[in-house]
Amino acid sequence: MADVELLGVAKRFDSRAGAVDALAPVDLQLEQGEVVAVVGPSGCGKTTLLRCTAGLTRPSAGTVRLHGRDLWAGRRPDAEAMRSLAIVFQDANLLPWLTVEDNVALPLQLRGVPRKERRRQAAELCERTGIGGFTRHRPRELSIGMRQRVALSRALVDSPRLLLLDEPFASLDAITRDAMNLELQRVLADSGCTGVLVTHSMSEAVFLADRVVSLSARPGRVVDVTAVPFARPRAMALQHTSGFQQLVHQLRCTLGEAA
Amino acid sequence: MRDRVLSLVIGLVVLVVFVGGWKLYVELSDVSRFVLPPPEDVATATWDLAGDGDTWEHLRVTLWEIVAGFAVASAFGVVTGIAIGEIRVVERALSPFLIALQVLPKVAVIPLLILWLGFGPSAKIVIAAIFAFFPVTAGTRAGIRSVERNHRDLATTLQASRWQQLRHIDLPSSLPSILTGMEVGIVLATVGAIVAEYLAGAEGLGYLATFYLNQLQVDALFGVIVVMSALGLLLYGAVLGLRRLLVPWHESSELDHPSA
Repeated sequence: MADVELLGVAKRFDSRAGAVDALAPVDLQLEQGEVVAVVGPSGCGKTTLLRCTAGLTRPSAGTVRLHGRDLWAGRRPDAEAMRSLAIVFQDANLLPWLTVEDNVALPLQLRGVPRKERRRQAAELCERTGIGGFTRHRPRELSIGMRQRVALSRALVDSPRLLLLDEPFASLDAITRDAMNLELQRVLADSGCTGVLVTHSMSEAVFLADRVVSLSARPGRVVDVTAVPFARPRAMALQHTSGFQQLVHQLRCTLGEAA
Repeated sequence: MRDRVLSLVIGLVVLVVFVGGWKLYVELSDVSRFVLPPPEDVATATWDLAGDGDTWEHLRVTLWEIVAGFAVASAFGVVTGIAIGEIRVVERALSPFLIALQVLPKVAVIPLLILWLGFGPSAKIVIAAIFAFFPVTAGTRAGIRSVERNHRDLATTLQASRWQQLRHIDLPSSLPSILTGMEVGIVLATVGAIVAEYLAGAEGLGYLATFYLNQLQVDALFGVIVVMSALGLLLYGAVLGLRRLLVPWHESSELDHPSA
């Protein structure tokens, strides 16, 4: 059975000006440990798709099944399914009043893990994600790239099975972005998480994903699913090979035709 | 550093111009010294007041009324603000009453409260609390309402209970706004307590002011006003200090912030 299953997930937003179809029924299945990138033009509903999978937006139709549990079966998102997932938001979304270590430890704190234990786990994770020297700092003292590392650490601290990433590196400069992509690849491999990465960068999608799902604009509809054949771990140099660039080009054409 | 020296110099210049203008007006116009004493008389009177033990006793009474009233207002204001900020039904049910109470000229109910609670400090505490309650409530409500949507999403994905969300997300995020309400609240509590003292009772700085007025000791009356201002400034400064202490992470705590 697939680890993550989206069956006919659709979303329609009702407003006074009329209903807007953000997402046409989408089917998608991910195996355990698989990383899928979702790409598409702005407003194609890729973030909506992610929010439906994260338990933040109830789909108008369809089923989201995480490790066999129906996320939207009850009045509230299924607790056990929610517990197994973590999300990295677009703008880090750290709590400015907490230090880095307390931000990272927040998921543990809400579960009632004692302070000493959660700080230990947080410190360990910060060490692994390269922010070990900044645990006592507040988010606004950090660069945007560092903040995303904190956000990534917070997502990983409670050992999720599914990691959802909503354009996590969109506001980073190219060099930091490359470094973060390598970091993310390593983290995903280490943790064995299943991953869904929403991005508007084709090369980021091809570099990180096992499969790239292309959505068309309004309503979001899957127009193409492309498997990425490159072996892991992938080095940055891969991006300069003709095979890589050809694939990126091909995906751009697919989306261009759909639009 | 240069900015701080400059602002200090400008502040001093404004003070000198103010006192100089005052002195000049007293000397050049034929205003009676009973109506407007010259600054040096006021300085002497203030000095004499400061040396008088009675003044300190009155100050102590007023300080207690303000602080107690402000504390009560802060507690009720924060709780009410949270309730109407978090729960729509509560807001809809309470807002007509809150608006009615807020537009009611609160000075008008002072005689009523004195009638009910007597001439002692308890009436003044309640009056100070009523004055300070609304800004604290409004600040808290605004804070709760403007919690970032992103932070709420985070609470949802982490499956925070309602209580956890309040404690870990909504309250800390509202704190800057709550403190803004409290800054207005402490000033209004001071006004409320002193106005109530003007109207009734035999202690407190407000009473002292009316006492000197009746004695036609206008320079001493001015002295009492100086003491009141000093007290108000001190209390306001204390609440501002609270901001540095409680929300060091917020932009409003930065040293070069205009309100700091």
